[in-house]
Amino acid sequence: MAPIIEIKDLTKSYRRGNQSIVVLENISLNIEYGDFLALMGPSGSGKSTLLNLIAGLDKADSGSIKVGGIDISLLSESMLAKWRSENVGFIFQFYNLVPVLTAFENVELPLILTGLSKKERKEHVTTALNLVNLEDRMDHYPGQLSGGQQQRVAIARAVVTDPTMIVADEPTGDLDRASAEEVLRLMERLSGDIGKTIIMVTHDPRAAKKANNMKYLEKGVLANAPEASFSECL
Amino acid sequence: MLLKLLFRNAFRHKLRAGLTICGICVAILAFGLLRTVVSAWYAGVDASSSTRLVTRNAISLIFPLPLSYKDKIRGVEGVKMVSLGNWFGGIYIEEKNFFANFAVDSKTYLDLYPEFVIPPEQKLSFLKDRKGCVVGRKLAKRFGWKPGDTIVLRGTIFPGNWEFILRAVYKGKNKTIDESQFFFHWDYLNETMKKVQPRRADQVGFYIIGTSSPDIAASTSKSVDSLFKNSFAETLTETEKAFQMSFIALSQTILMVIQLVSLVVIVIILAVVANTMAMSVRERMNEYAVFKTLGFGGFYLSILILGESLLITAIGCAIGIIATFPAADAFARAVGDFFPIFNISSRTIYLDMLAALIVGVVAAIFPIWRAVTVPIASGLGRVG
Repeated sequence: MAPIIEIKDLTKSYRRGNQSIVVLENISLNIEYGDFLALMGPSGSGKSTLLNLIAGLDKADSGSIKVGGIDISLLSESMLAKWRSENVGFIFQFYNLVPVLTAFENVELPLILTGLSKKERKEHVTTALNLVNLEDRMDHYPGQLSGGQQQRVAIARAVVTDPTMIVADEPTGDLDRASAEEVLRLMERLSGDIGKTIIMVTHDPRAAKKANNMKYLEKGVLANAPEASFSECL
Repeated sequence: MLLKLLFRNAFRHKLRAGLTICGICVAILAFGLLRTVVSAWYAGVDASSSTRLVTRNAISLIFPLPLSYKDKIRGVEGVKMVSLGNWFGGIYIEEKNFFANFAVDSKTYLDLYPEFVIPPEQKLSFLKDRKGCVVGRKLAKRFGWKPGDTIVLRGTIFPGNWEFILRAVYKGKNKTIDESQFFFHWDYLNETMKKVQPRRADQVGFYIIGTSSPDIAASTSKSVDSLFKNSFAETLTETEKAFQMSFIALSQTILMVIQLVSLVVIVIILAVVANTMAMSVRERMNEYAVFKTLGFGGFYLSILILGESLLITAIGCAIGIIATFPAADAFARAVGDFFPIFNISSRTIYLDMLAALIVGVVAAIFPIWRAVTVPIASGLGRVG
């Protein structure tokens, strides 16, 4: 079976004043269906940039990214937006829920673009909230939920459209240990039980330990992980 | 769902939204009142008939014309009826009680002005009484006059105390008709003048000419004026509208300033709303980046931001329009002597709405542009 994500010779740089700073350099990487990949590396190593590129949030300078056989680097902005809505679920470090919408409405948000009826949307949202054990909090606003609960709502929002893959940027970075464990267990379930492909950026070796694959980035290139952190994870 | 979000976003910062709405409300109120002042200035022009002409002395309105012109004007082709009158300039008790008062050739004048609606029996009573007078409904209400009351005016142009019996009260056919005027028989004035100042008798301030069609107004004016060319009292004949406009021309600069101020008010409130929207969008840049991440395109973001801007301006505009009515009433009571017609026209309401619409749209343009064009990664604040 062909990998779900094929990255070839990917390069990305940013301009800062007159200077061009290379963030990713000639990255080539394959990710298989159902993989739970942890992307690790020091700050500024380019892991979030790589995640952005894989999720279609940013464009590479050169190279290609094929997701499910589609070269997303060739898609226009509007096509990319549509592709994201159908194929990618997002989990952010700071949850990024809309504070004036309830948990139910936050989860419903991505479904607005799907053309589902209100009844169908309600069924999907209820299923997603059940999955994260928050059906009893569906009418609560983010401000009325704990950090862990907010992140679980964010996970429900990420899975409600049944995307091809889920990208998570430091999903436990803002959580206490117990909440982080809960969120990681959920992600493990999504990968193990439901078979979702998950790419997670993390600094936390404990989080990376839950993944079944790990890549280490350093100064924009894939590198061998330092022995200590690698053995800690695996 | 997006509509719900739009409403909730608009009131996320209640104090800021409230103050902005308050600002829009005050601006719309000020704009509406200033526009109404301008309309009030033009009330006489708006009430003018296109079939009526006014003939006056070519040198100035203060110079009279001979009574003998009446028959000559009547003979001009296209002239259906001729009436005449004088500005009387009488004062009721004291000068602050100012109102317009005219001596007119009653029968022809009332025939030429069907917009002054008088009950038939009162009209008859007025026409039969040489010392009778007719007043507008507002004026009668202002001084508590009723038919049969005796009213004494102190003449300024025509000296002496002039006694009148109120015989009729007219009401305007529509809201643009001034209901605060006072008319009495020109014959009463003329006969009195024959006794006290004979050299001022048979002198007319202006003629009102009724034509058969607005199309012949220009040619009739020309014909009338040519009749008296090179006479000792040459005439200037113009449409009633142009005649009224000549008064407004004197205060054109003031009107221009008022209109300019009303525009400045709108520009100021535009800046206030634009600032509110810019602040709101800047604070929510991260949320808009999340929306874009989830696949919402520029169209959805534009709807959210534009909708919020329009909602805030619409609420402010609605409250402002509602508040304009009592404010205009109070204003009219305070300055009723100067603006007998002080009605908020539908045009003013439409202009209020148009101004609010423009403010709502323009204030949203820059924030929309910012939200739509900011790269998602920058919006999420996680480049690295």
